[in-house]
Amino acid sequence: MKGLPVLSLLLWMCAVYFVGIYIFVGGFLLVRLEVNRTSTCGDVLEPRDESVDFCRAQPRFRRVVLLIIDALKIDFARFDPNNTAPRPYENKLPVLEKTVSSKPLQSRLYPFRADPPTTTMQRIKGFTTGSLPTFVDVGNNFASSAILEDNLIHQLGQAGKRVVFMGDDTWESLFPKKFYRSLPFPSFNVKDLHTVDDGILRHLYTTMVGDDWDVLVAHFLGVDHCGHRFGPDHPAMAEKLTQMDGVIRSVIDRLQNDTLLVVMGDHGMTDTGDHGGESVKETDAAIFLYSPSPVFPGPPSPNELDVVPQTDLVPTLALLLGIPIPYSSVGQVLLPLFPSHKQPEGAVARLSQLEALWINAKQVNRFLETYSGMAKDIPPESLSRLKDEFAHLSSEYLTAVREGRSPSPQLTSSLQAYLTSVRDTCRSTWARFSPLKMAAGLVILAFACLMCFLLSELSLLLIRENGAGLKAPLVVALTAGVSIAAAQLLTQGYIDMVWCLAAGAFSSEILFFWRVRRLSTPTVLKNGTKGPKSSSWLTPGCLLVPSLLVPLLRCASLLSDSYVIAEGRVVTFLVFSLALYIPVHLNWDGLLLPPSHDPLKSAGLLPSPALSPSAVRKESGTLLACLGLLVGSLYLSLSFHSCREEQGSCQPSPFLSPLSRLQDSQMKNLHYILSVISLSLWTYLLRRCLCHYGNLNSTSGTVFTARWILPLLSVCLGLHWAVSATPEDSFRNLAELIRLAQLALPRAAFCLLGLGLCLIWLDPLTVFVKTRAAASARSSSLPPARYRASTGMSPQAELHHLIPQIYQRMRRSLDDGELSRDSEVDNRPAVEAYGLGTVYSAPVLLFCGLLGIGLLLLHPEGMALSFLLLMLEMGALLHIHASSTTLSSLHGAYSGGFNVPWTPVVLWALAATQFFHATGHLPTFPSIQWSAAFVGFPDGHTGTTLPASLVTLNTFASHILFAVGCPLLLFWPLVREVRGSRGRACGDEEEDAVMEMRLRENPQQFSSALLQLSTRYLFIHGAQVFASVCAAAILRRHLMVWKVFAPKLMFEASGFLVSSVFLLIGVTLVLRVDVAVGRWFKRLIPDTSR
Amino acid sequence: MWDHEIRAMASSHAIIAASMLMATVIPAVALPGFSVYGTHLLWLYLVSGAVTAVSVAVFWLLGITPPTKKHTLGYKLSRFFRSCVYFFLSCLFFHTVVVLYGAPLIVSALETFSLAVLLTSLTTLRCLCVLGPNVQAWIRVFSRHGAMSVWDTCLQITVACTLVGAWVGAFPIPLDWDRPWQVWPVSCSLGALFGYLSGLVAAPAWIHYHRKQLIYKCK
Repeated sequence: MKGLPVLSLLLWMCAVYFVGIYIFVGGFLLVRLEVNRTSTCGDVLEPRDESVDFCRAQPRFRRVVLLIIDALKIDFARFDPNNTAPRPYENKLPVLEKTVSSKPLQSRLYPFRADPPTTTMQRIKGFTTGSLPTFVDVGNNFASSAILEDNLIHQLGQAGKRVVFMGDDTWESLFPKKFYRSLPFPSFNVKDLHTVDDGILRHLYTTMVGDDWDVLVAHFLGVDHCGHRFGPDHPAMAEKLTQMDGVIRSVIDRLQNDTLLVVMGDHGMTDTGDHGGESVKETDAAIFLYSPSPVFPGPPSPNELDVVPQTDLVPTLALLLGIPIPYSSVGQVLLPLFPSHKQPEGAVARLSQLEALWINAKQVNRFLETYSGMAKDIPPESLSRLKDEFAHLSSEYLTAVREGRSPSPQLTSSLQAYLTSVRDTCRSTWARFSPLKMAAGLVILAFACLMCFLLSELSLLLIRENGAGLKAPLVVALTAGVSIAAAQLLTQGYIDMVWCLAAGAFSSEILFFWRVRRLSTPTVLKNGTKGPKSSSWLTPGCLLVPSLLVPLLRCASLLSDSYVIAEGRVVTFLVFSLALYIPVHLNWDGLLLPPSHDPLKSAGLLPSPALSPSAVRKESGTLLACLGLLVGSLYLSLSFHSCREEQGSCQPSPFLSPLSRLQDSQMKNLHYILSVISLSLWTYLLRRCLCHYGNLNSTSGTVFTARWILPLLSVCLGLHWAVSATPEDSFRNLAELIRLAQLALPRAAFCLLGLGLCLIWLDPLTVFVKTRAAASARSSSLPPARYRASTGMSPQAELHHLIPQIYQRMRRSLDDGELSRDSEVDNRPAVEAYGLGTVYSAPVLLFCGLLGIGLLLLHPEGMALSFLLLMLEMGALLHIHASSTTLSSLHGAYSGGFNVPWTPVVLWALAATQFFHATGHLPTFPSIQWSAAFVGFPDGHTGTTLPASLVTLNTFASHILFAVGCPLLLFWPLVREVRGSRGRACGDEEEDAVMEMRLRENPQQFSSALLQLSTRYLFIHGAQVFASVCAAAILRRHLMVWKVFAPKLMFEASGFLVSSVFLLIGVTLVLRVDVAVGRWFKRLIPDTSR
Repeated sequence: MWDHEIRAMASSHAIIAASMLMATVIPAVALPGFSVYGTHLLWLYLVSGAVTAVSVAVFWLLGITPPTKKHTLGYKLSRFFRSCVYFFLSCLFFHTVVVLYGAPLIVSALETFSLAVLLTSLTTLRCLCVLGPNVQAWIRVFSRHGAMSVWDTCLQITVACTLVGAWVGAFPIPLDWDRPWQVWPVSCSLGALFGYLSGLVAAPAWIHYHRKQLIYKCK
């Protein structure tokens, strides 16, 4: 078979898709320009006394203690005395409420609303620079780099304040060499609740008592890590919060009069302890302000502000400490911290509310001017409106100050309104799109989908042409790309890679269409029968068959946020519908029931095909049983779904939480036993299947893998689950051993997995050859002379002769015992090869199964059940496909060739999405299972590649499994073929026993079918990517775009990427087996002819 | 060809459609507090009951029901009994299918079951009327060459329309429009009813336009 054209066509196809996605995403995801200017003391002057340096004036506070408790949600900070049965996270910080009620002039507690994305690094960036983060920053959490924009720490350093930092080492990487003293502690290991906090506590109080600091920043991580590890509803959280309560108490006791204490959370957390998204639970943290001296004008009034945006901390702290507001801050000062009127009597020159607001507004206006000069993304009409508003307010304020009268109180509120509107404008426009790139990406993707469809319909033609459709487009693509690059170099002086890629992809697509047109036209003229077929596939009626209607509906569903939110159920619904359609359609064609019920058909009205009613009935029975299995696993898979925050009354599956989080030991044991049972069933079924087809007899690497590595891997996994589920406090004397096991078991599993996959790759044949020298010498029916005579022929032709001779009874396994019963002496072949009939599918199956166990390792233990369902559903789909093919062929409707029709491919592709949801994943960023990065690496990583790839493997596990297993769809009807014909009384058994060797007899059809299958699979996924790209483009100003559509697009695109890569791996594996089989035959021929 | 049958079919369909309309309109006028959305369960049972009664009556009067081999009372009774059992089994079947499609298992089991009753009275009942309690015949009818009379073709069309309608009726459920007709199982029932109505119209029309092509093997 021709492997190269298939692979290269697929690669090219994928490349075009990738280019389209890359271009679109480049235009769609937001970029905010960073303004690299800094504020100085000179440029924030008050209007009255222009000569006085702003920084020289006596600030309101000399020192600030900033206690950041990571993920301090507002719910944790509130205290409800009426709550008699508090949950572990409730009522654990009584100090805040007590202080607020007993000292209303000195303290306040507010909800503190963060901007999404609510990841720690972005939040630190946000509340030190005062700017708004953009969507693109999300990925940077693993490797934070230094902040270049003007920020609070920089300004403090400029003003000569000594900043002492302790805690989360993210700060150290964000602000390298900016601190007077710095005590960073490692933050990456989420399972470690105490290192950072204990480290801080060792130094916090001694530092506070000393006098060599002005600003003390302490960032506690314990609460966040506790949330990640156990969730908020766990006794460990109560313990941690109580500890924090003590810390705040001690810090309050040690405060001096000129010091402000700020206790704040950088973000909240969901009910599962995760964060990163933009739900209220994640964004609403708490902020607590306290000073030993009175700072607030009065007790909290009901009309005071109820939520503090996180950006507001920056200007407030800056003005309270007497430093300039960082240049690109868009926050507004917290008015309650400033006196409402100028207090001339105080020795300390306090800024009044109005003055603070005016300084703030002036700074924001200056930033806006600078920014609009650099980038054109803020709409000019809103920009000019804001400018006019500021000019108006400024003149009003200045005249009032100059005339010495107190400005009207309305000015305060209008300044506030101005600042709020600037903030809102910035927030809405930092969703900046590049429409040209988006359009180019859309067009390329649309053409790629069309190309994929054409490729799948014309695969045979293209293979016959020996991949001629490829060379010219590649050349043209290169030429176009290079010429665009040259043109850019000439006109602009630099190269924009995006447009080169776009030109290349686009021109190659156009050339492909042109070639396809030329390719199909002569066929129509030459061959009358082919003609209508190649011209009819584009009629609308043909596209509306259910097998294509279902993916169409699926794509349409991606355009509505409600359907994206309910995606898991929508996909299950569609898979179920299409699965039900199969028997209904077969029945409509009269293929489901043996026609013997109809007396007329047997009487000769219809050509009676060679089939027995019992065979048909058996196949139909298999089909219906498998349909039942499929439906059952579909229904059960619904119970493994996780919940989006938008789904109100939804309970996440209990199997999603890792065993270590369960507190009821009975439940723990039950879950563990269930998981182990499913794991062993997975292993057993895989081995049973291989054994059944006689693939476990030889001594090759693959067989070794199936015999030894597979069970060993599952034993490793089971032990790993047991070890990781043991509570920390039990088995104290074994703690060292447990830690070692936690490290060693997953790593051993990874090694075994790698070894197994390598062995399959290196030695994929599972054929056991049994030569019978005596028999071949005796038997007359197998003349060795024939082989000798045929040595003059080409090897290919020799193979053709040899194949039917060898495979008469090769599929019988040794342990079946059938061999001795059935072997007839006179008809015994010279060579018996066991497992040759499944020589292609066995390695693919084993590869898939091994990979499945490896991916299961990265999931919570309970997902073993879901993985078992996945395997059952795969098997059911394969059997349904095989049975329906057999039923059609038994009735004589078999068209020949190995083409896989659309229905099973669509089911296969949709099942990947279905199990994406059924393995507890969701297309949202907070639902990414970060814990996968720590399997086998409990102490964290040094690089970013390994954790990123582990998390990717975890997230797209079902995509990977279904993509690798995709070639099975091609093999399974052939594997099952024998069983169908076994029921036949006698006749052409020799021909039927060939199974997958049919593929070798017809290498061209094999290649074309493989190409067709892969392109069809790619088409379904590609169409989904295209639909979500369309959704993102059309609805880019929709309310839900950042919450639903953009994450969906990212997940769909990454899913496509992973699927295509693993599909290529699967196809390559098949080609590798093909090469190995070819070699095996070459070795065999001299042997037998000797 | 088939003119007589088509006319009979059209008029019987008109009667059935009218009965469905009546089952909706009369209670709305007569019963206080009755509305399609508010008391959807009552409405569903009323429509199912009306369709059941009228279909049985119409098909019995028209004499479509396959002739019985024996005319003893016992045989007829057992036939009637079997029909009732099939009716109930079909309700259970539809209930299972709907649950497998994703309907809540326990919370609104009554709603799901009433949808199953509606679907049964729209589809299975017709099968019972036209083909008698004979599952083999039912399966046979739904194949390309399975129809043996105009009534079989009509049965194919109405059943397909009803099921497709109910299937399409599930589409608006996830949408966040908060409309009263999105409540389970109102949208599916509405879909099934509209599908059935369109099937009632479509079947005679389709048969009328294709009456030249229709060839049936004699029974």
